[in-house]
Amino acid sequence: MKKLSARRRHPLAALVVLLLALAATGGLYAAFAPADKAQADVAAQSLAIDEGKKLFAVGCSSCHGLNGQGSSDGPSLVGVGSASVDFQVGTGRMPAQQPGAQVPRKKNIYTQAEIDQLAAFVASLGPGPVTPKEEQYTSTNPEDISKGGELFRTNCAQCHNFAGQGGALTKGKYAPSLEGVDAKHIYEAMQTGPQNMPSFPDTTMPEEQKKQIVAFVRHTTSDEPNPGGLTLGSLGPVTEGLFGWIFGLGTLIAVAIWVAAHTTKAKKS
Amino acid sequence: MSSASSTTTGAAKPSSTRDKPANKWEAAADWTDGRLGIYSLAKANLRKIFPDHWSFMLGEICLYSFVIIILTGVYLTLFFKPSMGEVIYNGSYVPLKGIGMSEAYASTLDISFEVRGGLLIRQIHHWAALVFVAAMLVHMMRVFFTGAFRKPREINWVFGFLLLVLGMFDGFFGYSLPDDLLSGTGIRFMEGAILAVPLVGTYLQMFLYGGEFPGHDIIPRFFTIHVLLIPGIMLGLLVAHLILVFYHKHTQWAGPGKTEKNVVGMPLMPVYMAKAGGFFFLVFGLISAISAIASINPIWAYGPYRPDQVSTDAQPDWYMGFSEGLIRVMPGWEISLWGHTLNLGVFVPLMIFPLVLVAIAVYPFIEGWITGDKREHHILDRPRNAPVRTALGAAWISLYLVLLVGGGNDLFATHLHLSINSITYFVRVGFFAVPVIVFIITKRWCLGLQRRDKEKVLHGRETGVIKRLPHGEFVEVHAQLPQKDLFKLTAHEQTQPVELPAQTDENGVARKAGALTRTRAKLSRGFYGEGSQIPKPTAEEHHEITSGHGHH
Repeated sequence: MKKLSARRRHPLAALVVLLLALAATGGLYAAFAPADKAQADVAAQSLAIDEGKKLFAVGCSSCHGLNGQGSSDGPSLVGVGSASVDFQVGTGRMPAQQPGAQVPRKKNIYTQAEIDQLAAFVASLGPGPVTPKEEQYTSTNPEDISKGGELFRTNCAQCHNFAGQGGALTKGKYAPSLEGVDAKHIYEAMQTGPQNMPSFPDTTMPEEQKKQIVAFVRHTTSDEPNPGGLTLGSLGPVTEGLFGWIFGLGTLIAVAIWVAAHTTKAKKS
Repeated sequence: MSSASSTTTGAAKPSSTRDKPANKWEAAADWTDGRLGIYSLAKANLRKIFPDHWSFMLGEICLYSFVIIILTGVYLTLFFKPSMGEVIYNGSYVPLKGIGMSEAYASTLDISFEVRGGLLIRQIHHWAALVFVAAMLVHMMRVFFTGAFRKPREINWVFGFLLLVLGMFDGFFGYSLPDDLLSGTGIRFMEGAILAVPLVGTYLQMFLYGGEFPGHDIIPRFFTIHVLLIPGIMLGLLVAHLILVFYHKHTQWAGPGKTEKNVVGMPLMPVYMAKAGGFFFLVFGLISAISAIASINPIWAYGPYRPDQVSTDAQPDWYMGFSEGLIRVMPGWEISLWGHTLNLGVFVPLMIFPLVLVAIAVYPFIEGWITGDKREHHILDRPRNAPVRTALGAAWISLYLVLLVGGGNDLFATHLHLSINSITYFVRVGFFAVPVIVFIITKRWCLGLQRRDKEKVLHGRETGVIKRLPHGEFVEVHAQLPQKDLFKLTAHEQTQPVELPAQTDENGVARKAGALTRTRAKLSRGFYGEGSQIPKPTAEEHHEITSGHGHH
């Protein structure tokens, strides 16, 4: 010990301590952090649950509790189902960056395999909505678009706007834009009702109707050209008015100034 | 003209007092003159003088966009079916295939997707309408801030104001016609507003809608109002407005050689014929270009109206936006008395809505009463030289803008990441506070500019040349303004506040001024008293400074 304390003022001591600390952190991280590669999916359900529990302990437990029982910082996850996890983690909303009026969509940092493991663990806590299969949310019937449109205007447009552009809710909450959202995630949102959204379980909105809504949203928010030209955000008359004032009247006034400035110069010279 | 002589000499021989028409055009002109008297009309009006300033062309933008609206509107009526009969859509727009809708909506979809050029014409019609009302508002503000509403133009101010209000309502009826989800929501809102009127609300609603909402009558009725009634009145007002502009002659900015009795500018023919004609095509071209680039009122995206559906972002076009703001920020108060509900949350905004407009409309008469000025004014005021008027106008604009923010509160919330509640509270306070703050700032700003003008007149303009005096002091060299600029800066007359009549009459008997007289004197002091204008430099002051050997 004496040797150590004698050298603690050595010029290189700080560097040594730093290296030791880095090595320790890295070592610990290597020991505890999830493996880089997803585990093979063929493992039994229990294996997925085990892996999911580990992931959960790292990414979720600080708010939702080690067993998903919830805490003052996050709700209980018992009974939310795998669909909920797939939506929340798959759209990057969870793990949440910070508390606030609403957790925003952000870049997802988990692989789909990891999300499935997390979902398996959360699903094991209690029965809930199950992650949909591809055929449940993929429509092949072109008529589904117009039927879905009617359903969308009845059930969704009052918050998400007629073109799925989103809208304001009270006190900083909002209905997010549906642009670029996966068909699966739209379906899961309807199943589970994340954050401020009401849920539309199969008992109130049959699977078929959800599929039609997904078909409409995907069609409306796709990159297909708008028949009328620029959409101006598909936000209704507010942006149209702004555009009309700035580019309509604004340009016309600029033209008027130009015309007035170019008058006959007969009197001069 | 020639008509008198040609009747005496007979039709067979050309007039002896006139040369034979040089060519067929002249002959045609003679022919027309004999029947319509165009020579005297042309002589009187083709040399009509108009002064040159860009702000005098704002009214032209209104006129031309109105013409564009009428032209495109006629085309749209050829294809639009103002009917609420139900049909199943089977056109080319896939996302609405097989959906039940009204004929009005289906025919608007057909205009957009099947009729050749239909969508472009629809968009020109709608964009031109937005520009039309915006241009009218800006035109009105130009007239307001320059004092161009003073005698003899008060009646024309009222005509213009009526055109603005009618334009707003015609726009409202117009975008209600396609019976899409957005416009249906607007009509529904209007129903609610009518129902909020005490006592007669329910009767009015039944009368207008011909039954319970939505009924089958409202779209055909709006159609008649939109294409016939209001445009007819507007056309009449517009012609009267223009006749008065000709009759009064145009106002002009102060300047050397410009008086209350002349107009300095260019003649209508050929200069303004060319300018105005060219400007019409520029306006038409620009609005067409915008219509070809940007979509407006995409009714196909809104879907057909159904009373059980609604979309967020349900706002009216911008010119009705301030009424939307009123309704959005008003607390939902209700009074229930003897089994009747007085819906203040809707009724109060409904009452304030016309007041906001009338406030600006009556201003010329209020100012005329305060000043008691009965003279004609053809020289415009620079806004800074009428600080209280300018401040009141700016306060009005700020009120209008605050209400517009209230009307778009949801988009401000989502796009600026704010709480919609905070915006609404801000607008509630701002409705009362912002106009006052803007009034104070604008007035002081005007006074500051007046001081600057005075400084410039008396001491010249700053040259940026720094001179060092022998004893070491640095001074900036000021250069005298040219005579022309001196004139412009001092041409305005400064109204003096009205004095109360003497407290006692010539016999020493106490005389009491009426409440109205005292109010007027008080307002007059507020408008033109010591704190409301800077005395402009007099010729003596200027002479004293420029002739003496001051250090300037």
